Amino acid sequence: MKQLLTGNEAAAEAAIQAGCRYYYGYPITPQNELINYMSVRMPEVGGTFIQAESEIAAISMVHGSAAAGGRAMTSSSSPGISLKQEGISYLAGSELPCVIVNIQRGGPGLGDISASQADYFQAVKGGGHGDYRTIVLAPSSVQEMADLVYDSFDLADKYRNPVMILGDAQIGQLMEPLEFHRKPKKNLPAKNWSLTGAEGRKRNIVKSFYPVKGQLEEFNAHLQKKYKVIEENEVRYEAINIHEADIILVAYGTSARICKEVVKKSQQYEFRVGMIRPITLWPFPKEIIRKVSERVECVLTVEMSAGQMVEDVKLAVEGRCPVHFYGRTGGGVPTSLEIIKKIVEIVPDNRAANTLLQLAEVK
Amino acid sequence: MHAIYEKPKTFVDKATHFCPGCGHGIVLRLIAEIVDAWGIRGKTIGLAPVGCAVLAYNYLDIDMCEAAHGRPPAVATGIKRVHPDHVVFAYQGDGDLAAIGTAEIIHAANRGENITFIFVNNAVYGMTSGQMAPTTMLRQKTATTPSGRDPINSGYPIRVCELLAVLEGSSYLERVSLSSPENIRKTKKALEKGFKTQMEKKGFSLIEILSPCPIYWRMDANEAMRYIDEEMSRTFPLGVVKDWEHKN
Repeated sequence: MKQLLTGNEAAAEAAIQAGCRYYYGYPITPQNELINYMSVRMPEVGGTFIQAESEIAAISMVHGSAAAGGRAMTSSSSPGISLKQEGISYLAGSELPCVIVNIQRGGPGLGDISASQADYFQAVKGGGHGDYRTIVLAPSSVQEMADLVYDSFDLADKYRNPVMILGDAQIGQLMEPLEFHRKPKKNLPAKNWSLTGAEGRKRNIVKSFYPVKGQLEEFNAHLQKKYKVIEENEVRYEAINIHEADIILVAYGTSARICKEVVKKSQQYEFRVGMIRPITLWPFPKEIIRKVSERVECVLTVEMSAGQMVEDVKLAVEGRCPVHFYGRTGGGVPTSLEIIKKIVEIVPDNRAANTLLQLAEVK
Repeated sequence: MHAIYEKPKTFVDKATHFCPGCGHGIVLRLIAEIVDAWGIRGKTIGLAPVGCAVLAYNYLDIDMCEAAHGRPPAVATGIKRVHPDHVVFAYQGDGDLAAIGTAEIIHAANRGENITFIFVNNAVYGMTSGQMAPTTMLRQKTATTPSGRDPINSGYPIRVCELLAVLEGSSYLERVSLSSPENIRKTKKALEKGFKTQMEKKGFSLIEILSPCPIYWRMDANEAMRYIDEEMSRTFPLGVVKDWEHKN
């Protein structure tokens, strides 16, 4: 049965359906539908909802429930996610599974409350201190928000690692019809490391502190090994027209929705534009981008930022073809016309592109 | 032969990293004694702070969790919500609880979290070489108040029990000390009361323990014990501050 929900509500409901019973949050726009929804639904399923005193407390409560073996989640938007970085580093360092939803808004500082993708660096490169990784999933529709949140709890448990859902104000507040697909759970490892009281067994200690020389380096090597396994097994992306294209757009989330429109328009006018939409931002789909870059004229990365993911695209392309960038900042959302203009600019001799531009402008 | 005094089973048989004359070893031992006597090892979960007691989990043979600096009340809340019938306690120092974690402790108390907080107040940051704590007394010399704590620049010592007493969510608050065998016995009684408060689901309990830090008080162990009685207890009066069993 299809339902009409906002992305924020879809994330909350999917979490509950995935077995999340511990939610801790703090109000911030544009993710308020999520915390509000949780306050109603958690008591209905016998779960815990706490409106925490701060973002720091909320992520720390997640830390506790995750350590105790529960499926736990928090959500926020950019400035709030900055505050959670301490906790995320501790969760990663303690190898605790949890899900963090970031419905990005404009920055830096208090910024504004409109859609943005300027937290890519923070989400993908760390944000907190230390050599750690969070699995980062980027939905580009309400349906995908539900699907990814549902999967994220399994991913978190499978790897004992925090998972971040990186949405934005558009994806969070947009209403779209969706269906909840309750895929059967895969065999997940037992949480025999969790804190349940040491009845009849050795004590468990959940910690990230390794003060004895050499131990921390050993632990970091273990983490890096785990991250490599994730990189080998969990990459997700959507590829459109990549075999016929002369130019490839790379975009995620809201930007990808607009790029899809550009690809569609170009098909109408026999203009060869393809697209790669990373669904996992970490692990990044570098292999497919590398492959495509061997063949196409150039790559254009489109983001609602001053250029963050484009750095990873360049690392994947490794100079095999030019990598261009088009971005809007501070709540600006690129239009398909702007993107087409950019294509014309970077491929000036492409007559098909000029035709496309003329037609797009007439519209 | 019947042993009348022995090392508690829950206290791991190894030397601690604490400095000579430190009070942490005493407090951890008291916790271990209660866990043994009450047979609650299988349902007890502890929180270790950041600070001198960061390695508490090396000495207590129970399930334990680390928390970021100041966050034990929030992490403990997350644990307690998963295991509402377990005994969950957080062990915190003065910097952890009354400076960087002030918001967390106030709101855990305000929610009436059914958790026991063991607040070890030694009026100084021991782990980081003796800087001023929120509970450093007026005129007390520390690494960052070399001429003594001056309220004009550094504010006043925070009386945590009295601060939390005004919150409706707090149930049991008592201040005790480690300055003598008699006071240590009282400390154990207060800890037992804290655990009892939790096990009977009476809500938030906090036991503030005045504890010696001879190294950063720059005195010997005996002087430190005297200092607790003669100086510290004047700023932080001993006794029950709030008790759900004896409501006024």
